[in-house]
Amino acid sequence: MHNFDQIVQAASAAFAATDDPDALEQIKASYLGKSGQITALLKGLGKLPADERKSVGACINLAKDAVEAALNARREALRQMALAARLAEEALDVTLPGRGQSRGGLHPVTRTLERIESLFGSIGFEVADGPEIEADFQNFTALNTPADHPARSMHDTFYLQDESGGLAENVLLRTHTSPIQVRYMQAHVARHAGAETMPEIRVIAPGRVYRVDSDATHSPMFHQVEGLWVGERVSFADLKGIIGDFLRRFFESDDLQVRFRPSFFPFTEPSAEIDMAFMSGPLKGRWLEIAGCGMVHPNVLRHVGIDSEKYIGFAFGMGPDRLTMLRYGVNDLRLFYDGDLRFLRQFV
Amino acid sequence: MKFSESWLRSFVDPVCSGSEFSHLLTMAGLEVEEEESVAPAFDKVLVAQVLEVEKHPDADRLNVCRVDVGSGETLQIVCGAPNAAAGIKVPCALPGAELPGGFTIKVAKVRGVASSGMLCSAKELGIAEDAAGLLLLSGDAPVGEDIRRHLDLDDRLLTLKLTPNRADCLSLEGVAREVAALTGTPARFTPVDDVEVSIATARAIVLDAPEACPRYCGRVIAGVDAAAPTPTWMSRRLERSGIRPISAVVDITNYVMLELGQPLHAFDNSRLHGAIHARMALAGEKITLLNEQTLELQDDVLLIADEQRPLAMGGVMGGEESGISLATSELFLESAFFAPTAIAGRARRYSFVSDASHRFERGVDFGGTRRALERATRLVLDICGGQAGPVSEALATLPERHAVRLRPARVAKVLGVALDGEQISALFSRLALPFRRDADDFIVTPPSYRFDIEIEEDLIEELARLHGYENIPATSPTGLLAMLPQTEQTRPLAGVRQIVADCGYQEVVNFAFVEEAWERDFADNSKLIRLANPIASQLSVMRSTLIGGLVANVASNLKRRQARARFFETGRCFFRDAQGEPVAGFRQPWKLTALAYGSAFPEQWGCAARKVDFFDIKGDLERLLAPRMAHFEAAQHPALHPGRSARVVVAGQAIGFVGELHPQWQQKYELPLAPVVFEVDLDAVVMVSLARYTEVSRQPPVIRDMAIVVDQKLDLQPLIDGMIANRSEIVREINLFDVYVGPGVEAGKKSLAFRIMMQDTRKTLQEVEVEAAMQHLVAYLQTTFAAQLRV
Repeated sequence: MHNFDQIVQAASAAFAATDDPDALEQIKASYLGKSGQITALLKGLGKLPADERKSVGACINLAKDAVEAALNARREALRQMALAARLAEEALDVTLPGRGQSRGGLHPVTRTLERIESLFGSIGFEVADGPEIEADFQNFTALNTPADHPARSMHDTFYLQDESGGLAENVLLRTHTSPIQVRYMQAHVARHAGAETMPEIRVIAPGRVYRVDSDATHSPMFHQVEGLWVGERVSFADLKGIIGDFLRRFFESDDLQVRFRPSFFPFTEPSAEIDMAFMSGPLKGRWLEIAGCGMVHPNVLRHVGIDSEKYIGFAFGMGPDRLTMLRYGVNDLRLFYDGDLRFLRQFV
Repeated sequence: MKFSESWLRSFVDPVCSGSEFSHLLTMAGLEVEEEESVAPAFDKVLVAQVLEVEKHPDADRLNVCRVDVGSGETLQIVCGAPNAAAGIKVPCALPGAELPGGFTIKVAKVRGVASSGMLCSAKELGIAEDAAGLLLLSGDAPVGEDIRRHLDLDDRLLTLKLTPNRADCLSLEGVAREVAALTGTPARFTPVDDVEVSIATARAIVLDAPEACPRYCGRVIAGVDAAAPTPTWMSRRLERSGIRPISAVVDITNYVMLELGQPLHAFDNSRLHGAIHARMALAGEKITLLNEQTLELQDDVLLIADEQRPLAMGGVMGGEESGISLATSELFLESAFFAPTAIAGRARRYSFVSDASHRFERGVDFGGTRRALERATRLVLDICGGQAGPVSEALATLPERHAVRLRPARVAKVLGVALDGEQISALFSRLALPFRRDADDFIVTPPSYRFDIEIEEDLIEELARLHGYENIPATSPTGLLAMLPQTEQTRPLAGVRQIVADCGYQEVVNFAFVEEAWERDFADNSKLIRLANPIASQLSVMRSTLIGGLVANVASNLKRRQARARFFETGRCFFRDAQGEPVAGFRQPWKLTALAYGSAFPEQWGCAARKVDFFDIKGDLERLLAPRMAHFEAAQHPALHPGRSARVVVAGQAIGFVGELHPQWQQKYELPLAPVVFEVDLDAVVMVSLARYTEVSRQPPVIRDMAIVVDQKLDLQPLIDGMIANRSEIVREINLFDVYVGPGVEAGKKSLAFRIMMQDTRKTLQEVEVEAAMQHLVAYLQTTFAAQLRV
């Protein structure tokens, strides 16, 4: 019996003494191989008397199991050591910078326009677009601003030359996004010409607009977003509601005040100018002009063939450049149109 | 509209002050754009009289003055002003006075002489820039009176940004009427009585254009002293309204215009011949105006003329020849109503505006024509003396004020808040809008001074304004819920922009009007769309390509030491096109343009630096267009290197270009490296094909490589297209994985290596089938492109 324990101890010691997996397998052979010690013992069993054979055999098997267990433990240990060594060798300086292409970004005003589209989209506003070289009719006349109307002088309009260098008749660079209203309504009316009741119009129209104006706070090209809701029950109170809601969502803050004050646009009546003021922060308490708005003038509805007695609506036009400045703390409008990477990268 | 608050308060004086008053006006739609004090804060400055002036014993430029400030004792004050003289009345700051700029007056010795106060210039009081000398006060100024009171320095100047509909507020009386309505404080208007007619001289008036000029009043005033001084109270009010006093008669006409809103004109009666005609100009007729501008008129311009020549551009500006001078002794004073449509836009056509045209084109009270004439006559007689002749008046059909019906139910529908009959009555009464009731409805007849009340909504706005916009609730709108369409065959622009941004490009927004040279260089555009009124020559032509802007962005960023730049822009481009829609004559497609400049990747470790090239950008474009596949055909573009530019074709349609900037533009625009750009139609980019399922094969694919040698000049695209068109059915993918030129390949040839993936959906491919498919491709390439199999 004693002999078997010695063999197990010797085998365990021999296994432990090597770090080399190949050597370990060699050592294994000297115990468990064809001519190994344990194998020899098992072969010798037959020579024992029958009454001893069973008990000795059991002892040898125990010893064999013990040697195998020691071998497997050592194999596993060596595998772990090898893995640890490999992992140690493969270790990186993980603090080195990552590689790849740089990331570009969207223009800050684009971000604002996308947010506006998505906020209004969440209550069912479609997005519409229209031409920037616009017909005088859509830009002014259809918006209740006939030729020589004094309101035309509120807009310093860019006009175009015709091919021979004279003044091109009846076209201009749109001075606001309101003509998209007109085009959208015309198409909507045509689409639902046969219907008993015209489906509601809910649309916003973002875009670039142009005015002859250039100084620290005016750019000759800037952005506007036009909004329009025409239905059977749409009121000025709703307009107040929706604009207030929008501004609070846009700025993600209830910490602002909104006021509507009477104003004039030929295409809305009543009309209002929308001011907002933050109740905290650097601009605290200062009223900032955000948008013009009002109830769509019956003449405008009539112009596009909508029954102004049955249908009513509101329209607003706001300045996303201004909203962007307020949102991100930009203090100079001109930065938006200067293409300065150092500025633009801040909005990536 | 700029005016002094104290003048306004002489008509209506509500108990609210300062910013509260401005707020009230702003919230009623008369936006106070600017408010300023007439004078900064200071105190203890009185009207003083200089009694004696002696030279300072020790200083040449100083005088020692004895000054009466009404306190009973005379003060000794040292003064350096050149105009110090005995007898003059000037402002005097007493010891203890605090002047603007934190300057305190003390009893002191000036060069050894005691001085108890300071005689002041207008500059020292902060009321003028001028410091030439002491501010001289009028001879009748009461000595000892506080100067703030004497000069009305606690007054404020208000500037209203009036909207074009509120012509009725282009006068002090008009604003006062509005303030009275807003506050309930009654307004007191200047009583105007007819003056005594003391001479019979009169001038006949003929309305030849009664629609343009339906009412014309005029009178002769003889024996006038046109050189009489304008009284201080009048010149002060004019100055505080931003109008420079000129001479008594002109000042009076301006004063009455500001007070009552009626523009007036004074002619020198001795220069008029016969009757006054209000007629349309003959085409080409000329007139020289008071601003010395000589105009050649069109026949839609209203003229005031006598029997010989034009005298004035009616409602716009008087003529030079018939104007008054200081020597004029006989006036012909005009007060007329000109129809807004006859005046609108006329002055602007000749690039000027006048106070008169500004008012007439918006609407002047046609009920006040005579009253203004009487008011001005009274002032002329009082200030310049003279005798008034009878008023000649010619009258045609004045504008009609149609009654407008207001239905309380409509008020509720429009505003979203109901006002009851009593509230509406009260509001109309405060607005002095005459009305009668018809059952529940109100029938309102607008007064002659309101040109902005024509329909029910106009009345609703009036009610809302007076009720207060802030008193209208903000409600959540209710609408019919319906899903918005969402097509899968186009993708949202936002997604497209994001892909480009993710490829490393920074979005920019450039002006749509550009330098003319950009259009020539980058688009070879000969049908330029020029602005008629550009703000600058480098912003004078509408762009037909976005490339110029991006090139300029790179150049400006290089100056800011940004050596690597990638930009993109989406925007409309503009082309003359007779078939253009929706605005005839112009096509205005959206384009997406991207430009890369400098190194292909940002500088980084473990990655060899190299310049961005054609294929980097082409790869970005392919990524953008995916899953749609583009074809690229070598093609010329004016902006691009002729050997390094390609037309981009998707589904058989050319959608744009990709290429390297032409070296001559690279040089001209001072770029050390060549930028690579693509410009594509945005409409094509947002289109995507709807995905459609095809069976996934469970059979193992077979992959074979094949290298062929072809002429080096041969473009890949037709070769690939041909292989795809002529492949066996089992060939699923053909990918180019290597292009080689060099040793082992004959000069003038290149080696192309393809990996061919073959698969059958139903069965495992047999070697014979694979071999046959490969042979088929090789045979095709050999016959069509003279390709040799490389072994």
